[in-house]
Amino acid sequence: MHPLLRLVAQRLVLGAGTLLVVSALIFAGTEILPGDVAQAILGQTATPEAVAAIREDLGLDRPAWVRYLDWLAGFLRGDLGTSLANRVPISEMIAGRLENTLFLAGVAAAIAVPVAITLGVIAARFRETWLDKTISIVTLSAISMPEFFIGYILIFVFAVKLFWVPSIASVFPGMDFLDRLYAVSLPVATLSLVVIAHMMRMTRAAIVNVMASPYIETAELKGLTRSRITLHHALPNALSPIINVVVINLAYLVVGVVVVEVVFVYPGMGQLMVDAVAKRDVPVVQATGIIFAATYVLLNLTADVLAILANPRIRHAR
Amino acid sequence: MRPRASVLVGFAIIAVYAAAALLGPLLSPYGEAEVVGDVWEPFSAAHPLGTDNLGRDMLSRLLWGASRTIGVALAATLLAFGIGMTLGYLAAVVGGWVDMILSRGIDTLMAIPTLIFALVVLAVLPPSVVILILVIAVLDSTRVFRLARAVAMDVVVMDFVEVARLRGERLGWIVFREVLPNTLPPLIAEFGLRFCFAFLFLSSLSFLGLGIQPPAADWGGMVRDNANAISFGLPIPLIPAAAIAILTIGVNLVVDWQLERSSGARRGVRP
Amino acid sequence: MTENAEHRDRRGGLLLPRRRFLGSTALLGASAALAPGLLRPVRAQGPQRGGQLKLGMDGAAATDSLDPATYTATYMQVVGYQWGNCLVELDEKVRPVPELAESWEASADASVWVFKLRKGVTFHNGKEMTAADVVYSVNHHRGPESKSGAKGYLEVIKDVRATGEYEVTFDLETPSADLPYVLSDYHVLIVPEGSDFTKPIGTGPYVIESFEPGVRTLARRNPDYWKEGRGWVDSVETLALNDLTARTSALQTGAVHFINRLDPKTVNLLERAPGVLVIDVPSAGHYTFVMRADTPPFDNNHLRLALKWGIDREELVDKILRGYGRVGNDHPIPDFDPFFNRELPQRGYDPDKAKFHFGKSGHDGPIRLHIADAAFTGAVDAAQLYAQHLAKAGIELEVVREPNDGYWSNVWMKKPFVGSYWGGRPTADLMFSVAYKSDAPWNESFWKRPEFDKLLIEARAELDVEKRRQLYWEMQKMVWEDGGEIIPMFNNYLFGSRDNIDGFVPVPVLTGLRVSEQLYFTDL
Repeated sequence: MHPLLRLVAQRLVLGAGTLLVVSALIFAGTEILPGDVAQAILGQTATPEAVAAIREDLGLDRPAWVRYLDWLAGFLRGDLGTSLANRVPISEMIAGRLENTLFLAGVAAAIAVPVAITLGVIAARFRETWLDKTISIVTLSAISMPEFFIGYILIFVFAVKLFWVPSIASVFPGMDFLDRLYAVSLPVATLSLVVIAHMMRMTRAAIVNVMASPYIETAELKGLTRSRITLHHALPNALSPIINVVVINLAYLVVGVVVVEVVFVYPGMGQLMVDAVAKRDVPVVQATGIIFAATYVLLNLTADVLAILANPRIRHAR
Repeated sequence: MRPRASVLVGFAIIAVYAAAALLGPLLSPYGEAEVVGDVWEPFSAAHPLGTDNLGRDMLSRLLWGASRTIGVALAATLLAFGIGMTLGYLAAVVGGWVDMILSRGIDTLMAIPTLIFALVVLAVLPPSVVILILVIAVLDSTRVFRLARAVAMDVVVMDFVEVARLRGERLGWIVFREVLPNTLPPLIAEFGLRFCFAFLFLSSLSFLGLGIQPPAADWGGMVRDNANAISFGLPIPLIPAAAIAILTIGVNLVVDWQLERSSGARRGVRP
Repeated sequence: MTENAEHRDRRGGLLLPRRRFLGSTALLGASAALAPGLLRPVRAQGPQRGGQLKLGMDGAAATDSLDPATYTATYMQVVGYQWGNCLVELDEKVRPVPELAESWEASADASVWVFKLRKGVTFHNGKEMTAADVVYSVNHHRGPESKSGAKGYLEVIKDVRATGEYEVTFDLETPSADLPYVLSDYHVLIVPEGSDFTKPIGTGPYVIESFEPGVRTLARRNPDYWKEGRGWVDSVETLALNDLTARTSALQTGAVHFINRLDPKTVNLLERAPGVLVIDVPSAGHYTFVMRADTPPFDNNHLRLALKWGIDREELVDKILRGYGRVGNDHPIPDFDPFFNRELPQRGYDPDKAKFHFGKSGHDGPIRLHIADAAFTGAVDAAQLYAQHLAKAGIELEVVREPNDGYWSNVWMKKPFVGSYWGGRPTADLMFSVAYKSDAPWNESFWKRPEFDKLLIEARAELDVEKRRQLYWEMQKMVWEDGGEIIPMFNNYLFGSRDNIDGFVPVPVLTGLRVSEQLYFTDL
């Protein structure tokens, strides 16, 4: 087998192990949190009798490890179980929301990643000029605000004042692709503003770092233009940190956007997990947690593979 | 290398913030929790930056919150880099099983949802600023680890590191003499951003109940508390946001200068 | 405070259309005409059929269920009244009036109640509603197996029987004059016997067409709706808008026509927006700081009095509610309740008295208040203001912000001094029974007085209004003098509406849950 394929296979097996550990940790974590689903469903209206009735009905009186193994057995059979809070099959709850989350993350990434890297390259090429500083100041200002606040500003300007776009990102199954794009325009803009600065700054820094290497000096001595050197000689050798930061931001776009979902009322996975944690709806927490964990495992694997592919030395050394 | 104007601006900003952090309570016209006016008063001579959602003086709260906000963010970020870089370099330089165990451990830590992590910490530990710093540091260190490991991987396969290994240099020597100087620039850049993220992270954790307790102010929390005002075009929440933004910009101007210096310095050492 | 109120009235009355329902004035009669009546804009047309109504409601979660036993927050309560009806509903003066029940009668000692049902009411599946359906629906919320949030209220019912095709008889554990109020609770919606509560079939004005928990609910008009003058629009879409800014901006952009829970702080800004009306309804909802009367140092009444005198209620109403509320007097009965004790002096802010009682209590050192915004909107802010009030009396209040997550299971009724909120109950009996009786399930202050319990049971069975009044006045006095509840303020309900919508009926208790069947468009 090709060494790289072997690495991927090995990492996938280890990834499955990671997911197992994570599922156990999430389960244990949710158990440690005060209160349970019975109390959480009833909230301020909980009476001890009603709480006891729910607990018995849901089998919460069984020991935690039995419930975990029960969940695990179901999961391995491909059965995510049903929500404790509303008895809806979890696969049904998740399907649409996962699609929404991936759509939003995908669109945001498709815009933010190229923009960020382009800006980073420009900033590096024209480093220590007014252009470079302007790019940095604008993008850094955006990340100095919490994402929900960026959302509020965009809503105020573009939805309330200008009436250009909807303030609520209403999406539903069977929606036309362009309508869907229009509906998510504000959340996409918000997320892009949140992630661009990080990737742009890292692109710039990584290129600047590589620009100090001897071969760049050689290229300069050969009389190549600075733009050509930046793009063709520096960027390819600066990819490793850029890939890592891009991947960290992609993971954020999938996993970390609950606040943006709330502000724009976008039905994604983040909101589901937060509601499930609030209701101590363990199987739903587990299912969403596993999906998020898998996102990290797969993206980190992708980053490592890309880093190997980008660097011939690592490729051949291993 | 002569310092450019931009880095002077950067240092000036940092100096002003440092002064605010050290002298904030002395300089502020009112007490931190003191209600001195109506809610969301506009800028005036009495309240140069207006008043907040409870009618407290915005300038005073910014000044009172300066040392706390900057201190927590700085401590957490430094700690995150300490942990993340140490482990990341270790994984890259030693490789093999050490790398495997560390990397998968970090995967696991990253994969635990932050909300659950924070709530569990809250459930089992008393809320305090130290815990807050540790939580931010641990969670951020996973990202630093990924980056440090990735950039170090690129370096450890270089010829000069191979040579050093063959020479029988110690691990510490390789890390400090070879890996660190060649990987520092991206990590410095990362620091400039992580430091900024820490401001916002600490406010969202405080909001969950972990860490800074009211009426103590932190800048991210002040944005949050006043955020609704922006829906009606009131600029109040932009003020603490600007406080964070200006510091972020100042730090990153210095970061840029540092980047130039370290890459330039390297060029001198290794022709 | 006064300046603030003037501002509001001037804008509301003259410059901007604004609907203000002065429930307290209306209920107390002409003698209490304190505020100038604000006229609603005159409408050219009456109610009209048609249109697609969009509501933006908070309190929704991805884990919501249509089962009425699980309703705890506004979103599902509003959805519940779309598909279902109760036996009884409350009118604008909080009196029980017939809904699915046509009439009712109590035995002389108020221990047996007979309800006659409306005939010819059909469920959405075409079946006619009969007594068996009512028995089935009520029993969903009682008995050892029940998992309902209404279980506590319905404990008063010993048995419910069908005593005729259109007649239901309730046997009570203890006599109660207030059973009709209990049956107006939003949990107790009527469904056909044997049907599945998670896919409810009701008699309501709308039929649920699609339900995406925590996202949206779409309901179409029930063409056979039995209630006169209700259910105007063709469809109702209820959007889950938990975020305040999302709600207000959706209203401003016209994406929704009606929203609940405005932020008092931004109401004056919102009502300047074009096409938007603000609806302001006094309510029985009250914000409380609860001391555990069985736990030191709060078991000492001097300390409790110190904390009661040391709170500046006016400032809280002014700063936290921005004037959209009334000061409370440390008992839970709202000023519009017929049994509100009007002779009890209003407790004001008196740092000297607070200091005096604090000294008398013998307690030394700081008092810790455990609070989170989960308790009520602005709770953490209110606690900080309270700390400043107490500081002037030389009492140190340490505000401990607890996590919102798990507040009701981990902090409330666990820590000795916490924040809490009561939406209010339609009667003094229900309010005292759920939170003040010694063995009440939610006796959050752990204040236990056998004398109080005795008065409560006596008043509940008393059908003579004047005797009842005396008993309730006495109970309010006891709570005021000795209880563990600091009740600084009653809030108003604030709704936002587009200006082409009308029909809102202000009921001061559980306000606005039935908007779906009330609202209509004026510009069709």
